[in-house]
Amino acid sequence: MPRTSKRQASNNDVIPVPGKIAMTLTVNGVEKQLKVAPWTTLLDALRDHLDLTGTKKGCDHGQCGACTVLVDGRRINSCLTFAVMQDGTKVTTIEGLAANGELHALQQAFIDHDAFQCGYCTPGQICSAAGLIAEGRAKSVDEIRELMSGNICRCGAYPNIVAAIQEAMGQS
Amino acid sequence: MINFQYVRAADVADAVRRMAADPTAKFIAGGTNLIDLMKEDVERPSRLIDISRLPLRTVEQAPGGGVWIGALVPNSDLAYHPLVTQRYPLLASAILAGASAQLRNMASTGGNLLQRTRCYYFYDITTPCNKRAPGTGCSAIKGINRIHAILGTSEACIATHPSDMCVALAALDAKVHVTGPMGERTIPLSEFHRLPGDTPQLDTNLRQNEIVTAVELPAQGFTSNYTYLKLRDRLSYAFALVSIAAALELEGRTIKKARLALGGVAHKPWRDPAAEAALRGQVANRATFTHAADVLLREAKGYEHNSFKIELARRGIVRALTQAAQGTPQPQSKKEIL
Repeated sequence: MPRTSKRQASNNDVIPVPGKIAMTLTVNGVEKQLKVAPWTTLLDALRDHLDLTGTKKGCDHGQCGACTVLVDGRRINSCLTFAVMQDGTKVTTIEGLAANGELHALQQAFIDHDAFQCGYCTPGQICSAAGLIAEGRAKSVDEIRELMSGNICRCGAYPNIVAAIQEAMGQS
Repeated sequence: MINFQYVRAADVADAVRRMAADPTAKFIAGGTNLIDLMKEDVERPSRLIDISRLPLRTVEQAPGGGVWIGALVPNSDLAYHPLVTQRYPLLASAILAGASAQLRNMASTGGNLLQRTRCYYFYDITTPCNKRAPGTGCSAIKGINRIHAILGTSEACIATHPSDMCVALAALDAKVHVTGPMGERTIPLSEFHRLPGDTPQLDTNLRQNEIVTAVELPAQGFTSNYTYLKLRDRLSYAFALVSIAAALELEGRTIKKARLALGGVAHKPWRDPAAEAALRGQVANRATFTHAADVLLREAKGYEHNSFKIELARRGIVRALTQAAQGTPQPQSKKEIL
C-alpha cells in the first residue's frame, strides 16, 4: 500500500509527457501525415517515421552535414530542427533527386568522378551540393570548397567531390 | 533530452505573454544552438515557444539613413541582402566567415546574438561550470583553456562569445530592439553582451521575458576601408581563435574615424575606446597600428594554453588594419591571408 501512494506522489512531480503532434510534410513531392513527439528531429522523422533512411545521422550535432536535406529548396541540417517546426514544408531528400528513372546530374557526376569511398556522407554531400547550385553563389573552386565546408568527408574524397560538383554545375 | 511542451506564438505580444507565464520556457527560432544544447542536457526547457513564423523577416531602410534587420532574418539571407553587401560589406563578410551554409540558412539574426559559449566545460554536464551551474566553479581556468578569453575575464569564468556576426555589429555601432511586458526598448550592441564578473550565467542584458525583434545599423557602413579577418584552427567551419573587424574612415593617409572589434578573446565582442582613440588623427601606417594593438592588449592575460592568443591578436590587429587601410578586405573564400 505505501508503495502505491509513493508512486502517485512522485508522479505529481513529473512533467507530464506531451502528446504527439499531428503534422504534414511534403516529402519528395508526396504529402505525408505523421504524428510526432515534440522532440523528434526532422532527421529522425524522415528515418524512423517515414523510412527514408538515405538521409544519414552522422554527428547529430550539426557538425558533419551528413543529415543535409532541402527544406523549401534550402539546404539545412535536419538534425538541428524539430519536425514540428517544419510542419507544412516541402522536404527533398536524396531519395527524391532522381526523376523518371534517371539519376540527378549530381548523382551521376559523383559516380563518374569517384567522389566517395565509404559513401556515408554522400547523401548529405549531394543534397548540400544541390542547395549550393540553386543558391548560385559559388563560381570558383575556392568558393565551392568554402560553401561546401559544412559537409565533412572522413574518407577525404574532397578533390573528387569538388570536381563532381563543378561538372554538375556546368550542366545546370 | 528532457520532455517539453511545444507551442507556436501567434505574434510578438503572444510570445512575450507565453514566456511570462512560464519561467522555464525558451524561445526557439533557428534552433541551431538551442537544440544542440538540449541534446547535451545543458538546456532543459519545460516548454519551447516557437517564434520562427513571426513576421520579423524583413531587411529595410530605416528612418535616419540606417538599415533595419528583422530578428528572424536568416544569417544567409542577411549576408547576401543587397542593402548589406552594398552598404555594410563588413557585416556580410563576418557572417560568411561563420558556421556553414546549412547553418546560416537556419540560424536567425536574433539567435546569433543569443548563442552561447563553446567552452568545452559548459557543454559537458559532468564538469563544474559557473555559467551552466552557478557556484560550482570554473573548470577552464586550470583546465584545457586553449580557446578561452584573454580580456575581461573573471575568477568565475573565462569563456568567450562565439559569434562572428556580433563582432561586425559591434564595430558598426548596431542597436538591438527588444520587446518585453513593459514595452519596447533599445540596447546598444556594445552593451547587449556582458562580461562574466561574478554572474557568468548571464550572457546578455536581455531581461527575462524580453524578445529581440530587430537589429538596427546606423547610416555609416565604412564601405571603402574595412576587413573581417578570422584566425582559426581550420580554414573554414571553425570558431575563431581570434577575429578582427576593422573599419576606417580616411582623409588621405590620416585616420578620421576608426572602429576595431575583436572576437574569440572575451565574453563579448571586444571594443576598446582607448585603442580607437590611439588610431584617430594618426597616419595610417604600421607604427600607428602596432601602437593601437598594444593599447588594446595592455591588460590581456593568458592562461596555461591560450597565451599564444595575445601575440596572435597583436599581429592580427596590425594585419587587419593594414587590409582596411589598403582597401583590400580579406575574402572569406580565399584562404591565403592578404
